Amino acid sequence: MSKPQFVYVSYIETTPEKLWEALTSSEFTRQYWFGAEIRSDWKIGSSFALTLDGEITDSGEILEADPPRRLSYSFKHQKYEELRGEPISRVVFTIEPFGSLVRLTVLHDGFVEGGKYLGAVSNGWPAILSGLKSLLERGKVLAIPRAALNKGFDAK
Amino acid sequence: MNIDRFKPLTVYTIYIVATPEKVWEALTSAEFSRKYFSGFAVEMEPKLGGTFIVRAPDGSEHIIGEVFEYDPPKKLTVTWNVNWPELVERLGTTLVTYEIEPAGEAVRLTMSERHDHPLSDDILSGGRTGWPAILSGLKSLLETGQAPQIKMAPPAQMLAALKAMGIKTP
Repeated sequence: MSKPQFVYVSYIETTPEKLWEALTSSEFTRQYWFGAEIRSDWKIGSSFALTLDGEITDSGEILEADPPRRLSYSFKHQKYEELRGEPISRVVFTIEPFGSLVRLTVLHDGFVEGGKYLGAVSNGWPAILSGLKSLLERGKVLAIPRAALNKGFDAK
Repeated sequence: MNIDRFKPLTVYTIYIVATPEKVWEALTSAEFSRKYFSGFAVEMEPKLGGTFIVRAPDGSEHIIGEVFEYDPPKKLTVTWNVNWPELVERLGTTLVTYEIEPAGEAVRLTMSERHDHPLSDDILSGGRTGWPAILSGLKSLLETGQAPQIKMAPPAQMLAALKAMGIKTP
């Protein structure tokens, strides 16, 4: 049995620099991350937060920042009561040139066995990262209602 | 074949700005698949029990299977057996299911690769490497009209694991 984690790979027609910017600037995240704004100075040890309508939904600390190759932060959910008790998890973004494309690998780990959070994260990331790819390739995101995320495969 | 014995060991979900019909067509027609699937042609007889072939650019049959669940444009399950000597005997049958659901102005496409044997991460690395490339290309093709060239090769750890099981790889 492998440890509980979520891994997602996407190939995007863009540059590593542009992808880095899209992951770290609230101008971009607000368009593809369901309206959430990301804020940090992206220095190792600094804090980071995702805010939606002025409310912090997730927060953490920058663990690695090597633009435009690798970014990781600890990730703690703040909004929903039932997820707040879960341990602090970790998100790692790896950006690699791949021919004329960029390969983005997102690893989210640090979950407990049998927790609810992995299922929520497994439903959320594909929608967020699909929107990111659309935004960078066609200049527009896709409008996915949040309600559409409440089902789907609970990757265990 | 009892479908309940098959467990999803690799799942990939992607949202695409397209209609369910268009996504279905892209998944099941050679004209589309050649563009986003490294030149491979999907040849499907569009009916339950129909043949399902993925033909390599050199004309050989890379995957031979049949249509196991057929509900256009919502759900398709095919047997996805790679045509390498001894592979099915050692690994068992592979099932691939595509589910297509409307989600706002997009559709959610979920690919599940299911197996009736427990398989190692090394064996599964083939699909886990391939599906993101194939489905990223499909999304780009449907959204921008152009599919990027994503050159994929079977992962070394998968080929080594198959060889160790006595499966002949090209």
